[in-house]
Amino acid sequence: MSEINTQRRNFLKTSIGAAAVAIAPGMMLFDIAHGKPEGASSKVRWGMLIDTAQCKTGCNECVTACNKENGLSGGIAATDSQWIRKIEIKDISSGRELSLPMMCQHCEHPPCVDVCPTQASFKRADGIVLVDKHRCIGCRYCMMACPYKARSFVHEPLHDQNPDVPRGKGTVESCTLCVHRIDQGRQPACVESCPNKAILFGDLNDANSEIAVKVRTVASIQIRADLHLNPGVRYQGI
Amino acid sequence: MMKILLSILLFAFTGAWAADSSVPKLDIGKGGQCVEDTQWMRKNHMHLLKHQRDEAVRKGARDEKISLKNCIECHASTVDDSVIAREDSFCVGCHRYEAVKLDCFECHSGTRKSAWLQQRNAK
Repeated sequence: MSEINTQRRNFLKTSIGAAAVAIAPGMMLFDIAHGKPEGASSKVRWGMLIDTAQCKTGCNECVTACNKENGLSGGIAATDSQWIRKIEIKDISSGRELSLPMMCQHCEHPPCVDVCPTQASFKRADGIVLVDKHRCIGCRYCMMACPYKARSFVHEPLHDQNPDVPRGKGTVESCTLCVHRIDQGRQPACVESCPNKAILFGDLNDANSEIAVKVRTVASIQIRADLHLNPGVRYQGI
Repeated sequence: MMKILLSILLFAFTGAWAADSSVPKLDIGKGGQCVEDTQWMRKNHMHLLKHQRDEAVRKGARDEKISLKNCIECHASTVDDSVIAREDSFCVGCHRYEAVKLDCFECHSGTRKSAWLQQRNAK
């Protein structure tokens, strides 16, 4: 059933898309403001570049903004959800200290997706790794598979969630790259909140985007690049 | 024979009358029709919501018109801005009556977004 629907849908999508471009450019603007009905494009690869030189030790703005946006409690107990954390690292031999935010790295080859028995964990066409909570059975394999410890499990019933960010007991969750904001053409909450503009967000596939230019010209690394997961989040100055 | 027939008829009528009087009276909020007529929606809203949720979550294709959030926007009570807060709230009223478990709102908010935002910003 789903295959027939997909093909039919694709056909309709392309023909409607072509018609929309041809006759009604004004309509397209309306669509962007309300989230795109044609869905995420595989031509886009959302990513972040984090400049550790701009990230200040003790500053927690990105974490606070994430908690507020997504309705997290802000607790840091083992059973509390944390979508983004501030990490302090120190090179023992030189004594150099760094502070950086750590969250889901939105890998191109995500181990969490590989291990998920129900295909709840998935990668969207535009590279965002998400949990489909309608399918998640709460087995937590993905939490064990993730080398970045990016995922959390919801242990307690929740109330009063953000209407844009459904969350519930018995499912695994992690940074969604603020997918609800991206689909409206906005930036993720952590990016907006950073007082030093340490986080640069954009489309890695668009050669002219600010992030693509910077990735091309400035030295940056992916954390645990040895795992060949090709994360969408890159760090500068580690 | 006549007696039996009469009693069956009587039973049927009283049954229908009783059922009619206990049909849930809902707080439909602002109400109005934007997708299909009432009877069609009563029968099929779950299929629309299920289709839309998969398209939105997995493909990012957000059809605002048939999204749960948009349903709530109009159908949340004008008194408490919710579709689940009371016995006669829009979703709860029917689901209680039909004894169908309603688990959307274990994760999703049952509150109108504008009202929710106001509450959050007031905190």
